[in-house]
Amino acid sequence: MGSITLKQVTKSFDEVNVIKPLDLEIRDGEFIVFVGPSGCGKSTLLRMIAGLEDTTSGNIEIDGQDATSTPPAKRGLAMVFQSYALYPHMSVRNNIAFPLKRAKVPPAEIEEKIASAARILNLGDYLDRKPGQLSGGQRQRVAIGRAIVRQPSAFLFDEPLSNLDASLRVNMRLEISELHKSLKTTMIYVTHDQVEAMTMADRIAVFNAGVIEQVGTPLELYQYPVNRFVAGFIGSPKMNFIELDTPQEDGATCLGVRPEHIEITESGGLWQGKVGVVEHLGSETFLHVQVEGADTLTVKANGDCALRYGDDVYLGAQPNKILRFDSQGQTIANG
Amino acid sequence: MAIQSSNKSKIIYTLLAWSISAAIFFPIFWTLLTSFKTEAEAISASPSLFMFDWTLENYQDVLARSPYFEHFWNSVVISLGSSLIGLLIAIPAAWSMAFVQTKRTKNLLMWMLSTKMLPPVGVLIPIYLLFRDFDLLDTKLGLVIVMTLINLPIMVWMLYTYFREIPNEILEASRMDGASIKAEIFHVLLPIALPGIASTLLLNVILAWNEAFWTLILTAANAAPLTAFIASYSSPEGLFYAKLSAASAMAIAPILILGWFSQKQLVRGLTFGAVK
Amino acid sequence: MATTHSRTLAQFMLFPSVVLLLAWMIVPLCMTLYFSFLDYNLLSPGTEEFIGFLNYEFFLTDPAFFESFFNTLVLVGGVLLITICGGIGLAILLDQAIWGRNYVRIMVLAPFFVMPTVSALVWKNMLMNPVNGLFAHFATFIGIEPIDFFSQAPLLSIIIIVSWQWLPFAALILLTAIQSLDREQLEAADLDGAGPFSKFFYIVLPHLSRAVTAVILIETIFLLSIFAEILVTTSGGPGYESTNITYLIYTQSLLQFDVGGGSAGGIIAVIIANIVAIFLMRLIGKNLEG
Ligand SMILES: Nc1ncnc2c1ncn2[C@@H]1O[C@H](COP(=O)(O)OP(=O)(O)O)[C@@H](O)[C@H]1O
Ligand SMILES: [Mg+2]
Repeated sequence: MGSITLKQVTKSFDEVNVIKPLDLEIRDGEFIVFVGPSGCGKSTLLRMIAGLEDTTSGNIEIDGQDATSTPPAKRGLAMVFQSYALYPHMSVRNNIAFPLKRAKVPPAEIEEKIASAARILNLGDYLDRKPGQLSGGQRQRVAIGRAIVRQPSAFLFDEPLSNLDASLRVNMRLEISELHKSLKTTMIYVTHDQVEAMTMADRIAVFNAGVIEQVGTPLELYQYPVNRFVAGFIGSPKMNFIELDTPQEDGATCLGVRPEHIEITESGGLWQGKVGVVEHLGSETFLHVQVEGADTLTVKANGDCALRYGDDVYLGAQPNKILRFDSQGQTIANG
Repeated sequence: MAIQSSNKSKIIYTLLAWSISAAIFFPIFWTLLTSFKTEAEAISASPSLFMFDWTLENYQDVLARSPYFEHFWNSVVISLGSSLIGLLIAIPAAWSMAFVQTKRTKNLLMWMLSTKMLPPVGVLIPIYLLFRDFDLLDTKLGLVIVMTLINLPIMVWMLYTYFREIPNEILEASRMDGASIKAEIFHVLLPIALPGIASTLLLNVILAWNEAFWTLILTAANAAPLTAFIASYSSPEGLFYAKLSAASAMAIAPILILGWFSQKQLVRGLTFGAVK
Repeated sequence: MATTHSRTLAQFMLFPSVVLLLAWMIVPLCMTLYFSFLDYNLLSPGTEEFIGFLNYEFFLTDPAFFESFFNTLVLVGGVLLITICGGIGLAILLDQAIWGRNYVRIMVLAPFFVMPTVSALVWKNMLMNPVNGLFAHFATFIGIEPIDFFSQAPLLSIIIIVSWQWLPFAALILLTAIQSLDREQLEAADLDGAGPFSKFFYIVLPHLSRAVTAVILIETIFLLSIFAEILVTTSGGPGYESTNITYLIYTQSLLQFDVGGGSAGGIIAVIIANIVAIFLMRLIGKNLEG
């Protein structure tokens, strides 16, 4: 229970078209991530699914039922907001109990569910505090607790981790993934951070200016991006793009190669250049190489790479690791 | 501006501030003091600060001469009644404007504020005649109606600025949690906005308590609140300062105390959120 | 922002306020407008007849109108000037590190809570009375002739009383505004070698402009219809020296029972208030929106 189908949905604010006609099938139990630069309409689409925004045209179906104009309270979905949106005047216990009380669940059962949510999310010690007395990570857990107790048919997350500091973010990422594994409930997760998308998603939908550019598993997107936007957005550090002065015979006007696919050779590679800034991360090293006749290329090397600023290097790459894009930015299939 | 004032400048500023504020407070202080004097002492050409025969006579006289408690009760009913009714009408309106903003919201707010600029004399005669024809002259009900209407724009404005500070996401969260609109307002919005609602109520009670145009014009013996009661002391000249002081003290004490306790909350509401 | 459902609901919830305010504004205002074209006196009911603009002609050519119009402007302007200048001074003073700031603030704030009839009576009798008032005692004490405030300077006396009532309001609001001033700005100005005057004019004053606008707006609303203070002190006199428009219309309609004339005056007061309102709305529109 928890499949959501979007059919030709659009959204306009006044005259501005924020979501272009869009189709998407979200399967029961999957973890789907909406990723894209900020302002591209991810939150808007999520809020349309939630029922917090009207759908300008098209249909939203939840479990096969048309829910386009169902009010949010009746959709059976739960949402975790970026700001957590906890009720500041209620204790943690009452925050979590709130949806259950609205659903007129008997008090004994409410107690039981709060206890189990507290156990899952390690909230036992904080149940009687107010949200204002909690840290960001704890608030996030309460927000998730409030969402899970009512056993929704799907969870909606809108950038839930972006207010947390980096290390906490990694922990919460794992916790949410684990939660998904144990609950097996559909989760729709919005983020602008492609690392979150890659690490958490069963499937990723890449958004750009109100359209979905590509939907697929993380590896599909990494290996077979359909266009230059997806290729550039997925992967860290970003893919290198090399503009060609003259189009190749297959029409390619631009080449793309990921930093981790560039090899450093002693002599005679595809490109020749001078090493610029060298970033040592310990496990790996990123080199920014100024290539003759091209821009700077980012190269990922071993952690013990000894190259230094100003060194001359030759760079190469396996031909099957080089993507080619036509003048429209579409990927040209490997022939 | 006082980052590292030396002790010397602190002394100077303290003296200055205390003398100015004492001067501002003096008329009230003097009234309180005079209310405990005999009439002879009250007009004495060389008034004494504390060395006089303290007496409660004036308070007894005022209570004997006029039904103070009736006027007091009228003031309470009029100010509290109009403020509570005003809240009932203003809260839904402020909710709408704060959380369901449209292009018209700003204009609507400005229009509401502009009704506050309608001079009372512009509607004086019709209101007077309508009140006469509907037997509302000199009734508490009539004044409650008028006070509610003249303070409604201020209430909507104040509540609007308080509601605006509540993130919309919290209300949306409650909707996602299955709350009906009633539950959203009663379990989420109102408890969160309670401090703001309380100070709105308070300020309007104070404004209505002190309102002295409609109360003077529309009341006579029956519904006269304290403002009108005090105005009745304006006719006989001289020789009654102590009683006037006692009556004044009794008229202003309730609201003075209420105001002092709530001064912090009052400021923001008063400026319609212009000053944080 | 929201769904159709919540928008419909919102309209529904706005309805009572809007309808009530409309009714409160439109119905009586139309009646006033209608009366203003009638020869209508409460003392001779049943003899109303349409007389066109005659009421307006009488009202506008009455020297009392000009005097009270002028008095209204002086009253509003004078009180605004005193309360804003005094308020800024007080606010800056109260912002300093001083002992017992809370007590000082409570004392400064007190007059705001005093009802107009009380403050007018207290000032009139106990302070400004030429025989038994405290000021008179003081004048005699230092050997000068006591001033008879309400016959020698009636309008000024009323300005003083009203300013006393509104000074706390201005001071409190401006104090709050000053306290929200970013201290780092002042420290930076200190480092740049700015003196107290340039700090005041280039940092403090611009920072206060929003608050000053708010004070002007709110005070003007109330000051345009000052009534009780005049009623219990001078009753508008001597002559019309302390009559403002509000008081003039009151005497005309409820003391002389001339409904027609009073209504014409009421309409003129509305027009004046509208002119002021448009001016003020421009001002806030610019200053409060941001
Ligand atoms: N209530 C609104 N009114 C008008 N425009 C809006 C509204 N909400 C969002 N937008 C616009 O819609 C676009 C998409 O916003 P959003 O969905 O929040 O982006 P994302 O979540 O991907 O960062 C943005 O350009 C934003 O300015
Ligand atoms: Mg967003």
